[in-house]
Amino acid sequence: MRFIDEFRDSSLAGALARRIARLAEGSPEITLMEVCGTHTVTVFKHGIKDLIPDNVKLLAGPGCPVCVTPTHYIDKAIAYARLEGVIVATFGDLFRVPGSSSSLEEERAKGGDVRIVYSPLDALRLAQQSRDKMVIFLGVGFETTAPLVAVSIMEAKRRGIRNYYVLCAHKVMPPPMEALVSDGELRIDGFLCPGHVSTIIGWGAYRFLSQKYHIPCVVAGFEPLDVLEGIWMLLRQIRNGTVQVDNQYRRAVREEGNPKALSLMRDVFEMADSEWRGMGVIPGSGLTISDKYRDYDAETSMEVAVEPLYSPPGCICGSVLRGVKSPLNCPLFRKVCTPESPVGACMVSSEGTCSIYYKYSDQI
Amino acid sequence: MCLGIPMRIVEKEGNKGIAEAGGVKREVSLHLVEGVEIGDYVIVHAGFAIQKLDEREAEETLNLLREMLQAEED
Amino acid sequence: MKAERILLAHGSGGSLSYNLIRELFLPRFYNPILATLADAAVFSRQGMRLAITTDSYVVDPIFFPGGDIGSLAIYGTINDLAMGGAEPLYFSIGFILEEGFFLEELKVVVNSVREAAQQCGVEIITGDTKVVPRGKGDKVFINTTGLGAVREGVELSVERVCVRDKIIINGFIGEHGIAVMSQREGLEFDTIIKSDAASLWGLVSQMLEASQGLHLLRDPTRGGVATVLNEVVGGRDFGIRLEEISLPIGEGVLAACELLGLDPLYVANEGKLIAFCQPDEVDPILAAMRRHLYGREARVIGEVVANPAGKVIMKTRVGGTRLLDMLTGEQLPRIC
Repeated sequence: MRFIDEFRDSSLAGALARRIARLAEGSPEITLMEVCGTHTVTVFKHGIKDLIPDNVKLLAGPGCPVCVTPTHYIDKAIAYARLEGVIVATFGDLFRVPGSSSSLEEERAKGGDVRIVYSPLDALRLAQQSRDKMVIFLGVGFETTAPLVAVSIMEAKRRGIRNYYVLCAHKVMPPPMEALVSDGELRIDGFLCPGHVSTIIGWGAYRFLSQKYHIPCVVAGFEPLDVLEGIWMLLRQIRNGTVQVDNQYRRAVREEGNPKALSLMRDVFEMADSEWRGMGVIPGSGLTISDKYRDYDAETSMEVAVEPLYSPPGCICGSVLRGVKSPLNCPLFRKVCTPESPVGACMVSSEGTCSIYYKYSDQI
Repeated sequence: MCLGIPMRIVEKEGNKGIAEAGGVKREVSLHLVEGVEIGDYVIVHAGFAIQKLDEREAEETLNLLREMLQAEED
Repeated sequence: MKAERILLAHGSGGSLSYNLIRELFLPRFYNPILATLADAAVFSRQGMRLAITTDSYVVDPIFFPGGDIGSLAIYGTINDLAMGGAEPLYFSIGFILEEGFFLEELKVVVNSVREAAQQCGVEIITGDTKVVPRGKGDKVFINTTGLGAVREGVELSVERVCVRDKIIINGFIGEHGIAVMSQREGLEFDTIIKSDAASLWGLVSQMLEASQGLHLLRDPTRGGVATVLNEVVGGRDFGIRLEEISLPIGEGVLAACELLGLDPLYVANEGKLIAFCQPDEVDPILAAMRRHLYGREARVIGEVVANPAGKVIMKTRVGGTRLLDMLTGEQLPRIC
């Protein structure tokens, strides 16, 4: 496939690996954080850790939107699924996430109408086809996904579809990155910044991070050569003592991002404080539906009783998401918490750090 | 954190298009992009084109890497 | 959170299915033949070595590019027998029909069954039909049980697998799963991806004739290649190492998988087999396979290793190593 195969070339990967080794030679341990879950998948799926020297550590961050969504949201989705006349439409990623006592997967087995969709427009179509039902779409995801959901809401309004709602839990990317480095608990020498989020928000969005906190940032794509080149670019900054935002993913990311998508987002959504699993409330890190589109907000339009929160003891998803612990540090990992019987969200999402470690790594 | 794959626009009508990659075609929404024409490559995420792919930048990125490899061999 | 109810994932062929069998069914039905959990049960009676297997077909949609539930019901069961080295002889067939299912569609399905059976030389010698009320089924479910005969000297079992055995596949992977899924997801293909559903007995008998060095055959149906390889090494003192660059995957399947966020190694096949064989017998086996219609693209994709025991690992295209775990849950098309 064009623009995919070329970025998986093994001889070019080898050349990058050798350059990385030279840059890192003799250096004390360097810690780079890949914020985005899809980057973590690339790293593990292609075995990239085998191509970089031992003194370059890759840390997975909170860039898995499913993982950072608090349990309360899942419980609310489950509460909706239990109502008569409601269809809960969701991306596949949320389907198996454990709530306090159940999951959407379990609710479907019990007879709840839960449908997995590939796009928010599929959920809108469901609403159009089933006028007697209320379709609630679970709006989870970062700035890559929020514009799509915005379009679905605008289309609903334009077409006069009154039975489509979004339960909005969208979050935005740069604030948690700032939260991670501002508390001082974590020592990060560089950020590998999200690729497709940056397609929307632009690489300029990270400038404040590199300036205020003196951390090198590189926006990278998702193929193995992209990640390797991103790592190389970070090491080069570290070696040279430069601190700036570099753009590795030049074929898809511009400094200003995608202005059209950003303006649609600003029309449909407003910034808000948002709770992140393991990180508490981060100011200005989430989106809520604006007054103009209030009619499509499940939160304000459809009341539902939600069960009390239950957090399983021993689950350290929060620490894993912040990068201070690895799944290998978790007492439940592999022994109690597995993909078939997950305790925390990190084990369920295909981009969850624990799920990735479990699936792709044979380290116990 | 988002699956987005490069696809080529093969048909277009208003805000809708058909995109193709590796012989697979799928309907995509062009709502979020501007100035995309038939033959252009876009990044597709969950049924939407989210950005036009800059082919020249893609080639330049690859050329830089090829030069890296060449430099070793010299 | 352990499941209290049956989930769709219990039928996907992955770890949940595996656990259901091992924890619920096997202990209650236990006997040494069942315990092998092989594709077909091989047993001896009055000097004859026979094999029996049963399979139920619930594919949705029932008509897909390259086949339908009817032809699948014959090929799938023949293939389970073939994995045991058994020549398929007699079949039973059971239909569970949903009230309201069109007779014209049933006729098409039944004709497919007949054509497939005739083509493969099996006779359907007994059957059963049931009808369930509308909504309690899904058009048609089919069960077939196949009886076959194993020739003397043919011994295919996981006990025969050794370190350094080579692992061979007969062709391109992921076609059946993608063919079915593409119908559901509304994907269009330039060249339609057709299910690879086919009877593998002809190919297997050629392979058995060409060499005594075949140790084990498994067909990678639900859960795909990765899952079936994990089943082979589970709890054993050997592992498997695959080479990503040697995997035969068609362009269309690759593209569909990228689009849907699927991994081809976990997508179902219905016309593929994986053979474990002695390293010095690879050449005659590959030659015999490539002479056959369903083995033209046969190749070695990996080997059995001492470490890591009980696991399947893969050397990636760019030179790293990754674990190939068993499928968990269903393969849900993901976006994020």
